[in-house]
Amino acid sequence: MKLEFLSFDFDKFASEMQNLKDKKGFDYLVTIVGEDFGSEGNGQTGESGLGCVYILENTKTHERCSVKQMAKKQVCGDGMSSNGSCDLEGQTLAYIPTVSNIWKVADLLEREVYDFYGIVFLGHKDMRRLFLRSDFKGYPFRKDWKFNDEYTLEDDVEPDYGLEYFIDKDGNLQSKQNRLFGSDDYVINIGPQHPATHGVLRLQTVLDGETVKRIYPHLGYIHRAIEKMWEGMTYPQTLALTDRLNYLGAMQHRHALVGVVEEGLGVELTDRIKYIRTIMDELQRLDSHLLYTSCVAQDLGALTGMLYGMRDREHVLNCMEETTGGRLIQNYYRIGGLQDDIDPNFVKNCKDLVNYLRPTIQEYMDIFGDNVITHNRLENCGPMSLEDCINYAVTGPAGRASGWKNDVRKNHPYDMYDKVEWEQCTLTGCDSMDRYLVHINEMYQSLNIIEQLIDNIPEGDFYVKQKPIIKVPEGQWYYSVEGVAGEFGVYLDSRGDKSPYRMKMRPMGLSLVGAFDPMLRGQKIADLIATCAAIDVVIPDIDR
Amino acid sequence: MEVRKPHIKSIPYEEWNDNSSLEKIVDELHEGGVNVVTGSLDQLINWGRSNSLWSLTFATSCCGIEFMACGCARYDFARFGFEVTRNSPRQADLIMCAGTITHKMAPALKRLYDEMAEPKYVIAVGGCAISGGPFKSSYHVVKGIEEIVPVDVFIPGCPPRPEAIMYGMMQLQRKVKIEKFFGGANHKQTAEEAALGVSNEELTFREKHGDHRRDCAPHSDLQVREPMVITEVPQEFVNEMKAATESQHTVKEEDKA
Repeated sequence: MKLEFLSFDFDKFASEMQNLKDKKGFDYLVTIVGEDFGSEGNGQTGESGLGCVYILENTKTHERCSVKQMAKKQVCGDGMSSNGSCDLEGQTLAYIPTVSNIWKVADLLEREVYDFYGIVFLGHKDMRRLFLRSDFKGYPFRKDWKFNDEYTLEDDVEPDYGLEYFIDKDGNLQSKQNRLFGSDDYVINIGPQHPATHGVLRLQTVLDGETVKRIYPHLGYIHRAIEKMWEGMTYPQTLALTDRLNYLGAMQHRHALVGVVEEGLGVELTDRIKYIRTIMDELQRLDSHLLYTSCVAQDLGALTGMLYGMRDREHVLNCMEETTGGRLIQNYYRIGGLQDDIDPNFVKNCKDLVNYLRPTIQEYMDIFGDNVITHNRLENCGPMSLEDCINYAVTGPAGRASGWKNDVRKNHPYDMYDKVEWEQCTLTGCDSMDRYLVHINEMYQSLNIIEQLIDNIPEGDFYVKQKPIIKVPEGQWYYSVEGVAGEFGVYLDSRGDKSPYRMKMRPMGLSLVGAFDPMLRGQKIADLIATCAAIDVVIPDIDR
Repeated sequence: MEVRKPHIKSIPYEEWNDNSSLEKIVDELHEGGVNVVTGSLDQLINWGRSNSLWSLTFATSCCGIEFMACGCARYDFARFGFEVTRNSPRQADLIMCAGTITHKMAPALKRLYDEMAEPKYVIAVGGCAISGGPFKSSYHVVKGIEEIVPVDVFIPGCPPRPEAIMYGMMQLQRKVKIEKFFGGANHKQTAEEAALGVSNEELTFREKHGDHRRDCAPHSDLQVREPMVITEVPQEFVNEMKAATESQHTVKEEDKA
């Protein structure tokens, strides 16, 4: 989607955003992109070169729009230092009014922008760093940041308060501290090295006995700064890193990246490429969902259930491996098509796989999904209503379990998805059990899609030749695909160079992690593990 | 069964240079219906240790999934005794560092390593753990975990296939099998090594990065403390003890009375 930015007057920004949600129905905040636009903003008084791009969707009509807002800057007032621990006095800060009171998902998204660009959001209750250590110096994504990769083995001393910034009645920028914990709170850390968090996620959990009172997610333990690295790479070089995000959704991630570049270049793909990409995406989805069913079983202590899923996952990997040569990291799509043509045995292997898998999926239900213990553990566990799901942007199977029809393949069809017959799987249980069942149902749909396409792959080129040095013309694009656990999108701002000016991903898991707190308040701590398992988060995808 | 240079005080070594004396004794015992196996204790212990290498689950990214695949149906590394993974560093023999280590994660890795009990090993799985891999130019990635902890086996790949991971684990087995569990080294030691009682590998690491056991965390409890040596007994303590024994005597006398 080529982005045409709406822009509002700075003072009216908050009310206009509220209008967009209330009057025009843009109730789903897809992502917030922080960006260092360079010196272009300096013409106006008080404006910095920093700003944000908001991408919004109307969930009824699936119309999308984008808003660009430049940040103002001001020297911090004296009030900053009166709270004792703040050394921000005299520093120039860029600021934008918050939208976290309009769309709840903005809570973490704005903290991300603050972390990387140092833009503070007025009215946001908890302006702490999200990914980087609290003693990190500077804001690494700014263009004038001086590269520094020193590190320490000392423990990070984290603040136990969040800062809230506001403009006082004299028009000065001030801040105040909001305590994160009460004096009687019992706090335990789950992670960053915990077997049930599927990686290095850290959930700081406030407990009252066994009951969860509050969850503060701490991210960044696998933050590899892919987006920053992209800014120094040529377009073909950028491709290599996406496979390593959610390594179970390698194909979809790269699909979104090549998709946005191809849209910028205006490449017309052949039907053969579209067919193969669709089939590969669905194979990847099967791979991921099989691992998901395994992991849910394992996290709830059903080890046999895990071995079943992992056994069949090897068959899926075989299918892809013969063509791509990789098990996890596929490196298959490239700008303008595919790395290579499909293997001669690919069609036969896929058909065998479909025939094998269709009756086998029932086995997972027999051994785990229909088990009474599973039902007792997962039903009413981590509930979230449809309205909240949209507000917290819980996309993917987790949102569909609450009845939100959010499948990008249906809403914004790409490749062959509008030419094949398949159903969007939604349920209305709003809990972990239905999240599990949506995954099971989607596996059948993936098999349906593969079955319809596999016999009809048309002849043609598997690669549309591109120039040796790829330069995307100036402009901004956003392209999203249905990843394995939600919408995965890539925003591209090109200035006509051979490397992107700014590229930003919409990770699938970030909004899911943000939703843990409302889902689990009042639930038992053991339900946290079950919810975490059933919602399907993969941490390298969140941290990027 | 082969016997490697047995050292028994009462029997001079030359007398059973060809193992024949020992084999004779064993044969006689076998004939008498006794089941006897001879060998050195080191071999026995290392045989056991090398076939039950328990790893700490420390999977940060992609390589961790391949590690999981190793444990499941097709590859099944339970055949080698690797299948038990521990979630507590106290119970683990090795860290299987599968994935990128970022600056935020580095203190955690170091702490987990320090918390493990000796003997402990580290396997660096995949490009990221070895050198930073594809993320070498990032501002937030450690360029190889050898900057933080000493590594025993490197398994290259991005991610390494399960076959490669198993091959790497088998290399660690080989390493374990030739160790001397009761001290000493299986190679000719230099004077420095013998004096410090550490391996040459450990010394190489110290040359590069300092003594990881001592320098690791100067402010934490993990630091190796100087032993407390008491030379003088405080007079107060002597008096207390005297008083205590006297009161005991008086109690006993009272009982007798």
